[in-house]
Amino acid sequence: MSTTESAVIASLPVPAAAVAVAAPAAPPIVELEGLEVKFGKRPILKGIDAALSGRCIGLLGPNGAGKTTLLHTLLGFHPPSAGTARIFGRDIRRDAQAIRGLMGYMPENDSFIAGMSGVRFVRLMAELSGLPPRQAMERAHEALFYVGLGEARYRPVGTYSLGMKQLAKLAQALAHGPRLLFLDEPTNGLDPPARERMLHLIRDIRDSGEVHVILSSHLLRDVEQCCEEVLVLKDGRLAVTCNLEEERRANRKFLELEVRSTAAAEGADGGPNGAFAAAAQELGCELAWSGKQRMKLVLPEGVEVRDLYRLAAERQVQIRRLDFKRDSLEDIFLQAMEGGHGGL
Amino acid sequence: MAVYERTYRRYEGELTPARSRFLILPRYAYQEVFKSKAFIAFLALCALSPLGFAIVIYLHHNLQALKAINLPLDKLVPIDATFFSIFVTAQSFLAFLLAFAVGPGLISADVRNNALPLYLSRPFSRSEYVLGKMSVLLILLSAITWIPGLLLFLLQTSLEGTSWGFEHAGLAWAILASCWEWILVLSLLTLALSAWVKWKPVARIALLAVFFVTRGFGEAVDRVLDTEWGSLVSLGKLNEIVRADLFGTPLVSIPVWTAWLALGLVALACLAMLARRVRAYEVVR
Repeated sequence: MSTTESAVIASLPVPAAAVAVAAPAAPPIVELEGLEVKFGKRPILKGIDAALSGRCIGLLGPNGAGKTTLLHTLLGFHPPSAGTARIFGRDIRRDAQAIRGLMGYMPENDSFIAGMSGVRFVRLMAELSGLPPRQAMERAHEALFYVGLGEARYRPVGTYSLGMKQLAKLAQALAHGPRLLFLDEPTNGLDPPARERMLHLIRDIRDSGEVHVILSSHLLRDVEQCCEEVLVLKDGRLAVTCNLEEERRANRKFLELEVRSTAAAEGADGGPNGAFAAAAQELGCELAWSGKQRMKLVLPEGVEVRDLYRLAAERQVQIRRLDFKRDSLEDIFLQAMEGGHGGL
Repeated sequence: MAVYERTYRRYEGELTPARSRFLILPRYAYQEVFKSKAFIAFLALCALSPLGFAIVIYLHHNLQALKAINLPLDKLVPIDATFFSIFVTAQSFLAFLLAFAVGPGLISADVRNNALPLYLSRPFSRSEYVLGKMSVLLILLSAITWIPGLLLFLLQTSLEGTSWGFEHAGLAWAILASCWEWILVLSLLTLALSAWVKWKPVARIALLAVFFVTRGFGEAVDRVLDTEWGSLVSLGKLNEIVRADLFGTPLVSIPVWTAWLALGLVALACLAMLARRVRAYEVVR
């Protein structure tokens, strides 16, 4: 890679995440301050600092990264060994009981109460959250209809299929009307249609504007489809926080091109491909080659894709492929796993 | 939200008092338990014995009825400490059977089906969970032990005269204390075994083993070593010693304080077992 190319790559727009997270517009839902959790002498979470304010926040990381431990700590299942966390401004050490009243939790594993019908199960959970029996019954019916188990609500939960059990867990997490919903691997073990249904529900809950969602998953697509803010954990440390929504907006004109010259062999100046690149730069595009015939390019304001086609035609260059490209969550995740730094 | 709307909305209504929420668990448990006709029949059977004792008290105060059935008064069991002690012994055995039927499934099902995180992710603590589950047994066992016991005492007082009640107030205390001692030990032990053993049948076998195997072992120790200290490992025997002391009909056995101490240690061990097992997630260190 030439010095020029390096310089151009360096000047390409960085994901807006760091900026967005550094100055969140909304008050944080979850604040983590040097949060550490140890099991015995084994550290699991190692000094995590973050402030999350998104409507739907993704918690990503490989197996064993500490995602579930972080959720459990926020739920008060594990006491922090150092640091603290606040949810809606309340300290998890001091106000654990009150905080749990604001939350709904859908655990990762199969969890139900034996011998109970779906509606009794959800009603019991709503009553334990403080709803009077009548309201709990009403909302249990509603929650089960909402998740799509209306017809099966009188069947014992133990006889449900895996997908139905996942939905029943979601219903019990929703029935008492929480302000913050923790979903731990909600699409685990679901077939594609059931997974789509679950993701659709999560998006619907998010879009209702009534509840914030924290979605823990190792499936990047699930997080990408539902979340606007992502926190990536690696080995119990915070690897990256990023705001996907900002990033999507910032990288809308980030292109990947594959070009091929239709003219004779390239000259010393790079031939038609080089001429095309130079012309694009004259238009104000930022550009970097990522191979002999592939380039990444950022269109400035006022320049359209058709201008590139015109330049290419004038210089006898074929554009064989053109993709609108953004830093996908997969890129961000892989960078985080390789780098292990605290921001992009 | 109305069912037809099918959209999510937050709950903004009133909440129930947090302090009484543990009582939700027995309410739900009873709805399940009382579905069984066999259980209802057994509970009715448990009421027969108090009825029998009440009839005896009534006959003591109704000579016409005694004449009608041609039974001399001196053939009737006297209404004294032994009378109530026998009643408590009989009901304690029924209480054991009731705990054996209901108790082992109380926590084991939740542990087996991983339901504890669902309970504990709510404004509902571990101690409230244990208290709620324990209430299932406390209420049921109370209904067949000290409540009918005190009712019998009140019946006798009402028929004999208030002065009898004052003179024998110690009996009321003995009924209450001996029943509660047994109820607490039995409930804690049943719950602890239920929490440690995931399968209800195995928990039942463990409960039987704790009472009958330890009793056999204790008696074997007593005979082989020619001592009374074998009682210390037998829960049933410890209960008998405490009950006999409370009713003033002492057994020739070990000092009563050692029996209380042993029962206290058993209760503490059960609490420790519950504290260890009733967690949202078990931490592997």
